Amino acid sequence: MEGIQSAAQVTSWLVTGRILFLTIHLLGVVCFSLIVAKRLVPLVRAERDFRFDQPWVRLGRVLKFWLGQWKHPRYKLAGTLHIFIFAGFIVLAIRAFSVLIIGVSRNFVMPGLSGRAGPIYDIITDYAATIVFLCMVIAVIRRLVFKPARYAVPARYGKAHTADAIFLLSLIAILMVADSLFAAARAAAQSQSSQSVEVLAAFSLPWVLQKALVATALPILGGLYFGAYLVHELTFYFLLCYRPFGIQFHVETSLFNIYFAKLDREILKPVRWGVSDEHLDQVKSFGVKTFEDFTWKHMLDFYSCADCGRCSDNCPSNAVGRPLSPRFIGIKARDYAFQHYPVLGRVNNGAALIGSKDSGSIYSEDEIWSCTTCGACEEECPLLVEYIDKIVDLRRGMVDEGNVPQSLQKPLKALESRGNPYGKMEKKKAEWANAKEFQQTCRVKTLDNRNGAETLYFVDSITSYDNRMQSIGRATAKILNHVGENFGILGAAERDSGHEVRRFGEETLFMALRDHNVDAIQASGVRRIVTADPHAYNALKHDYKDVPPVEHISQVIAREVKAGKIKFNPVENESSVYTYHDPCYLGRHNQIYDEPRHVLDAIPGLKRVEMSHSRDRSFCCGGGGLMLFYEPKEDQRMGVKRVKMAAEAGANVMVTACPFCMVNIEDAIKVAGMEGKMTAIDLAELVDQQIARECPDLKEEQATEIKECVTASSNRPG
Amino acid sequence: MKLELRNSVEVNVEILVCVRRVPDTSENEIELNSAGNDIERDELVYSINEADNYAVEEALQIVARVGGNVTVATVGGEDDEEVLRREMAMGANHGVMISDEAFSGSDGKGIATILKAFVQKGHYDLILTGVQAEDGGAQVGGMLAALLDYPFASLVNSIEVLEGKKLKVSREIAGGNKEMNEIDLPCVLSIQTGINEPRYVGMRGIRQVAAIPIPTFSASDLGLGANAVGETAAKVKRVDYFTPSLGKGAEILRGSREENIDKVLELVAAKGGLK
Repeated sequence: MEGIQSAAQVTSWLVTGRILFLTIHLLGVVCFSLIVAKRLVPLVRAERDFRFDQPWVRLGRVLKFWLGQWKHPRYKLAGTLHIFIFAGFIVLAIRAFSVLIIGVSRNFVMPGLSGRAGPIYDIITDYAATIVFLCMVIAVIRRLVFKPARYAVPARYGKAHTADAIFLLSLIAILMVADSLFAAARAAAQSQSSQSVEVLAAFSLPWVLQKALVATALPILGGLYFGAYLVHELTFYFLLCYRPFGIQFHVETSLFNIYFAKLDREILKPVRWGVSDEHLDQVKSFGVKTFEDFTWKHMLDFYSCADCGRCSDNCPSNAVGRPLSPRFIGIKARDYAFQHYPVLGRVNNGAALIGSKDSGSIYSEDEIWSCTTCGACEEECPLLVEYIDKIVDLRRGMVDEGNVPQSLQKPLKALESRGNPYGKMEKKKAEWANAKEFQQTCRVKTLDNRNGAETLYFVDSITSYDNRMQSIGRATAKILNHVGENFGILGAAERDSGHEVRRFGEETLFMALRDHNVDAIQASGVRRIVTADPHAYNALKHDYKDVPPVEHISQVIAREVKAGKIKFNPVENESSVYTYHDPCYLGRHNQIYDEPRHVLDAIPGLKRVEMSHSRDRSFCCGGGGLMLFYEPKEDQRMGVKRVKMAAEAGANVMVTACPFCMVNIEDAIKVAGMEGKMTAIDLAELVDQQIARECPDLKEEQATEIKECVTASSNRPG
Repeated sequence: MKLELRNSVEVNVEILVCVRRVPDTSENEIELNSAGNDIERDELVYSINEADNYAVEEALQIVARVGGNVTVATVGGEDDEEVLRREMAMGANHGVMISDEAFSGSDGKGIATILKAFVQKGHYDLILTGVQAEDGGAQVGGMLAALLDYPFASLVNSIEVLEGKKLKVSREIAGGNKEMNEIDLPCVLSIQTGINEPRYVGMRGIRQVAAIPIPTFSASDLGLGANAVGETAAKVKRVDYFTPSLGKGAEILRGSREENIDKVLELVAAKGGLK
């Protein structure tokens, strides 16, 4: 080349560029490898985790969530920026590689880019570098000027991360400028020495720089060319080796994190992978107590967290000021790993993760008990980081140490001795169904040796024992009766489903409750199960094995509405505006979003609005099961926030489909002083109230006659 | 400073906690039996007497600070073993069953006599009881101390181990004041609920101690004659057991919510509850 020397040829202080860059390459790669090897040390010491099955499914998810950036557009601006940056990086990855090699071998051309593809690829990369550069500028401006609230670091979690973020963004921007300047200087030199000039993409960063450099003297261009190359090299390797020290590590780990992400999210992590229930008693310690009790995948999650704050932005606990922010569950654990498994120095470890800060702990008890396991954080995370399993594992560790809040000990003890958290007598479990007036309108069988049925209505503790919620039970029974379902309940033989017992970390008690229920269900001979409690639904569907298929009552209603077996009277009060609140364990955890809405929309004259947070962004009402007993430290109730969201949407009736939602929402209406302005009703109650029963004096009819009536009406055309 | 002192004392306290199994008041609907001399026990669930559980927790915390051993003992029968297991799962080193047909029908002094005989079989520096049994009369602790001629402090709500075989204990006085006392070991303390936050014990913990043998001491093991304990020795005999009828003290407010709130405030203020 007559114009300027290639980077490989430049010689200064007796060192040729080739040697210099070869040294930088080697040093960079060796440093990076050593750092990554050090980062892998805790993963090797971690608990097992089975994530190697179903490679095709996993690859498909990599295409969707990694290459396809599936979750990113949920946040429009940040998501779009990220998609551009990510796409830019993908495009530039090959370029970066060939640019690095040019430092050693000047005539290197990437295989496949030698022919016509080369210039086209170059043009794309020019634009890619430009876009990434612009994205960096926008990102820095966002961080400095607009300061989105979700990036803020509350004082109790340490210093703001802004400086680190800006530093990283700037490094990437420098990389883009250096890359562009390198190409621009070369092209400018080529044009001056009347060589064939490399075509730069119009209006791209290299193009702009080339225009600016056109009249610059050749020696200066040579210096710029070499300087830009050197800066590019150094920045590249600095970034490479710096990334494993912070949030940018996700550039390397995200692909693996998504490949190994949990496939069946509804199923809770077992206490110990590879240990069956029967052998659990031999496991010395349950749950996560020290850092190494996490599985290697959970550690990879910690490394992969990009600190985007979306989890905490959607976390109801965080929103009401409970001492929990999922973002910092990850960040604190990552910092712990960095500190206790340092790149330089010895591993020093063993402190309990939960406890006082003075003893080296990183989590507080209240922090870990504050989670309602609503799943909003996991729904949002672009990198598919898992939170619920970690929270549950940390709780398992606390339960194993006897470290359980006093407010939870009573209900747990009652669950152990009586099978329900209230300590009520087993024989009273079916009282809600046995009241005389109710039995006359709707007979509910208690299943035993003599009474069999096709379908089991699994009621669960709260609906059985809580006076208010018994109304949901009776409405459910009446609906099942109306559609001619041959059903019964277990009565005294039914124990609590144990859904929250398990999620509160009491695995042994959960297993006892589950085993009892499975035996009772199998003995009853039923062929399907229906429940009106999403927590019971989730337990029966995902936590239990060897039980008949289970449906939530909203699914049954939606099907029967479609089949024409359920018809509705129009709503009477025309000023009522309804909104549907998605229960976490019906919606996010089981994707039942549409059925309840279809049912509501089938009621003539019902006006329905959506809240800003609905469907998979539904806002937890406060949590169910044992969470009702826990006394959290919070600024306000989740339910109050939720009720206000309903009011903002213009609704005055909140429909839900979960007895725990009902407890929380009705309480919240009172706490918020919105009695008279807002009411809550369960979907089953509303349906029962609106069903068009075509037999006029239904209350006097016997159950058998209702069935005849139902059959008659369902035979009618239309 | 206090913490340093606590840690510096290494005295190895041998602690005995006397515990009892009682019907769990929060998980039962207590009804009288048809004879009217006891409650209907068919469908009852039992648990450790709540105050005893606090006593065991306190013993475990003392031992964690200064060293030693915790033994839990109960006077009862086979069914009562479950509470020993539960307390062993909490961390008690030994469980002891004191059981003999001759013990049945013992009054408070009888139980204290049995426990005294057991205490004298071993070497205990500190004996803890719950402040009272949920179905009892807070008798045993004091009587046991008297029979042993040990110092006794009741209603204890904090314990600090001092140098030279001494404890500093406190109790709450009506009105909320606290009284601090120094007491020499060996001694008997009756422990108030709320002194600590007892740890949780689940089924898993109990299963883990299921195989540990629990020695049983009979009347003859303890050298107790049949006329010293049991029904024959009891000088306090239960003659009746009933649910008192509702007195006139209860006033049911039947107004609207706002009216009721105003009324409650008025009543509480009138009784001096609001200042």
